[in-house]
Amino acid sequence: MELNAKIPDGPLEKKWSNHKFNTKLVSPANKRKYKVLVVGSGLAGASAAATLSELGYQVSCFCFQDSPRRAHSIAAQGGINAAKNYQGDGDSVFRLFYDTIKGGDFRSREANVYRLSETSVNIIDQAVAQGVPFARDYGGLLANRSFGGAQVSRTFYARGQTGQQLLLGAYSALAKQVGQKAVKMFTHTEMLDLILLDGHAKGIITRNLITGTIDCHYADSVILATGGYGNTFFLSTNAVGSNVTASFRAYKKGAGFANPCYTQIHPTCIPVSGHFQSKLTLMSESLRNDGRVWVPAQKKDKRSPQNIPNTDRDYYLERKYPSFGNLAPRDIASRSAKEACDKGLGVGETGLGVYLDFADAIKRLGQKTIKERYGNLFDMYQRITDENPYEVPMRIYPAVHYTMGGLWVDYNLESTVPGLFVLGEANFSDHGANRLGASALMQGLADGYFVIPYTLGGYLAGQKPLEKSKALEQEAKGAQENVEEKISKFLNIKGKKSPLAFHKELGTIMWEYCGMARTKEGLKEALKKIPELRDEFWENLNVTGDAGSLNQQLEKAGRVADFLEFSELMCRDALEREESCGGHFREEYQTEDGEAKRNDEDFAHVAVWEHKEGKSPLRHKEELKFENVSLTTRSYK
Amino acid sequence: MKLTLHVWRQETKNDPGEFKTYELDHVSPDMSFLEMLDLLNEEIVSRGEVAVAFEHDCREGICGACSLVINGVPHGPEKATTTCQLHMRSFKDGEHVYIEPWRAKAFPVIKDLVVNRKGLDKIIEAGGFISVNTGPVPDANNQLISKEDADKAMDAAACIGCGACVAACKNGSALLFLSAKAVHLAHLPQGQIEKKKRAKAMVEAMDEAGFGHCTNTLECEAVCPKEISADSIAQLNLEFLKASLG
Ligand SMILES: Cc1cc2nc3c(=O)[nH]c(=O)nc-3n(C[C@H](O)[C@H](O)[C@H](O)COP(=O)(O)OP(=O)(O)OC[C@H]3O[C@@H](n4cnc5c(N)ncnc54)[C@H](O)[C@@H]3O)c2cc1C
Ligand code: FES
Repeated sequence: MELNAKIPDGPLEKKWSNHKFNTKLVSPANKRKYKVLVVGSGLAGASAAATLSELGYQVSCFCFQDSPRRAHSIAAQGGINAAKNYQGDGDSVFRLFYDTIKGGDFRSREANVYRLSETSVNIIDQAVAQGVPFARDYGGLLANRSFGGAQVSRTFYARGQTGQQLLLGAYSALAKQVGQKAVKMFTHTEMLDLILLDGHAKGIITRNLITGTIDCHYADSVILATGGYGNTFFLSTNAVGSNVTASFRAYKKGAGFANPCYTQIHPTCIPVSGHFQSKLTLMSESLRNDGRVWVPAQKKDKRSPQNIPNTDRDYYLERKYPSFGNLAPRDIASRSAKEACDKGLGVGETGLGVYLDFADAIKRLGQKTIKERYGNLFDMYQRITDENPYEVPMRIYPAVHYTMGGLWVDYNLESTVPGLFVLGEANFSDHGANRLGASALMQGLADGYFVIPYTLGGYLAGQKPLEKSKALEQEAKGAQENVEEKISKFLNIKGKKSPLAFHKELGTIMWEYCGMARTKEGLKEALKKIPELRDEFWENLNVTGDAGSLNQQLEKAGRVADFLEFSELMCRDALEREESCGGHFREEYQTEDGEAKRNDEDFAHVAVWEHKEGKSPLRHKEELKFENVSLTTRSYK
Repeated sequence: MKLTLHVWRQETKNDPGEFKTYELDHVSPDMSFLEMLDLLNEEIVSRGEVAVAFEHDCREGICGACSLVINGVPHGPEKATTTCQLHMRSFKDGEHVYIEPWRAKAFPVIKDLVVNRKGLDKIIEAGGFISVNTGPVPDANNQLISKEDADKAMDAAACIGCGACVAACKNGSALLFLSAKAVHLAHLPQGQIEKKKRAKAMVEAMDEAGFGHCTNTLECEAVCPKEISADSIAQLNLEFLKASLG
């Protein structure tokens, strides 16, 4: 597998503009001869599909929900970063770039991250032009807040519904194109395989989730914007339907998978309350601006939180990280919560929780102000837990939230399969080993609105518009038969256990051994347990219903089957990365006071996995070069 | 808790459909309504029967996928709460619970509790946008927008497109959904230029998609999980009137 990142020459600030200039163009008259499939209608997919169609390409867009507006991006709460420096507090493109590289624990590509910071400013302009109702100051200018440990205020937001508003903006652009019949929208349609011709991506196989029909779609290029794989853990803050299927099937067709072990565990989620739990709910990070995190200083302190005096509390983030305090980055805050609970100091019935306390903020600012700032989140918390956070501290615990790993892409966002481009959370490109708050929305939209419209042309300009051929149809037929065979297998096992039951079991294994703290022994154990569970799956799966109509159990079975294979790749990657960095914490590699210990000598690279049918996957490396920043120890003390 | 569930089962669009009764034990008050349905489905499939189909995704009240009429009310008994955010503590031990799909002419049933809501997308495709392409646009701070207008736009933009308003309306009208979008954009200077055209195009698309006419019963406002105000309908009517008068 060849890994050429195709990073343009020249100084960092010039790379993107030079590259845009040097990339071949497809003339306006020729664009309509090319067809592009965009799989996914989240921020990345919707923005790409709309923009490419505006440029004149023939576009088809796919999503598994009943409407593109329901993609998982809709749930993002906190905000989107951009280096506008509207607050005049010293922000700049370079600062956003630096924060993102450092936040990612020096495991991302300089050139990509710089481009992301550069384009961030255009995103806000575009969104405002579309009518996204960002928060405003009394003077009518756009408001900003500081978020996720940043020391400047560069986060734009629309109440606690920033993802919703940005997605609805992108959706409106997409709907405009659909209305003009310039984009063909396939809802309730799931991609189940990739079609290759001479090694290039030239189509996909889909299942219509309503009728069960399996179809082939041909195109000159395929774009995956299918989101992250956090649901490998079963419980996560992701939407219940989020899955790894599209990425994993592409991996099996030759696309390299980068850093699968990099997962982000978010510190402020509502703790698990019972075995019936189907997902975890995020409480926005912005709460840490006013809430103070603590646990009782003594084990088995059963007093209600209000009755525990200050002297018997441990505000552990403030104690350990005096300069960042409660705003310490996500990976650090999560690990500290786990540490406290492991010591037996956790709160709530399960002991897996810490307090996020607003009593001081309410005293200082008044309940009214707190309500204005966080009212909707407090309501949501109360609805779920039946506790009133104005009176008793919230209980929170870390949960799987985001996956930094993803399909490997070069600077053009092209995977190792020519013609297959990957955008948004589905690729690995910009966040290294840890993503900073409010930067996923930024990346998804940068990829879709401002990067792919240029780089796709570079690929297509070298391709003749696709013509149907025997060879192509042969390829498609093979892929289609595989898909159909798998579906009939699911239905014919007729075992005893539901897809959901298998998913839950896999989640338990992953959380235990590949979660917040990983060890060699644990990962090896997981690598034993996962294949066992997978074998059981193929012998004892129970899927009722048929393949010729809406069958959600069947859909779930397909997704769980892929999680059961992919999880192994995650554990393998975690095992091979013998260092701690960002969200990847290996207990063997920590400093004396329990902080992550990177190994730049041996691991300043992207690990890229190549699928080998019937054999163990191969691990390749893309060495990371740092020319504009120096690798430092990430300290938030 | 133990519940008796009466669930609407309908195999296909043309099947007449009927309520089927299920006894469900071990329901925890901390479960969400959809987690209760997960439990029901686990029991159903363990007997070799076909699971109840229902839509859901985010399970945190924002994607608008979940859509059930519970004891006669879209999204059930709690105010400003989607089905996925409804918890079983809102029900009593031993209670009978009736679960049905959205019912409206424009929302044909696909299977069980899943309906076809494409009509809502059609309304947006007809005009629920500002006609701007990706590319050079003015700087975001070039145009001042008062906080009040931004807040009002946001209030209307909070619509999650679930369709509860349609399901609650005896005429099956989508006017609250439509006016929420019209009012969101009309509160912003960028949205002014196409204001009249937009309202007209969306209303026409609504009629074409088979939604009914609004007769101001305001059932829509009462069930809206995001508390979109029916004032937006009045504002819309004004815009539409202006548009029709040219
Ligand atoms: C609760 C929550 C809050 C968050 N808050 C923030 C925040 O404040 N700021 C921030 O920057 N980030 C935030 N994030 C992260 C951010 O929301 C996501 O990373 C981002 O939205 C992902 O966008 P996407 O376009 O890549 O994918 P998604 O939005 O996940 O879209 C995936 C699309 O792919 C489709 N799809 C998937 N598989 C298939 C298939 N096989 N066939 C067909 N279609 C398929 C889906 O239908 C969907 O349309 C948050 C995440 C969560 C979970
Ligand atoms: S499942 Fe998303 S709103 Fe209910």
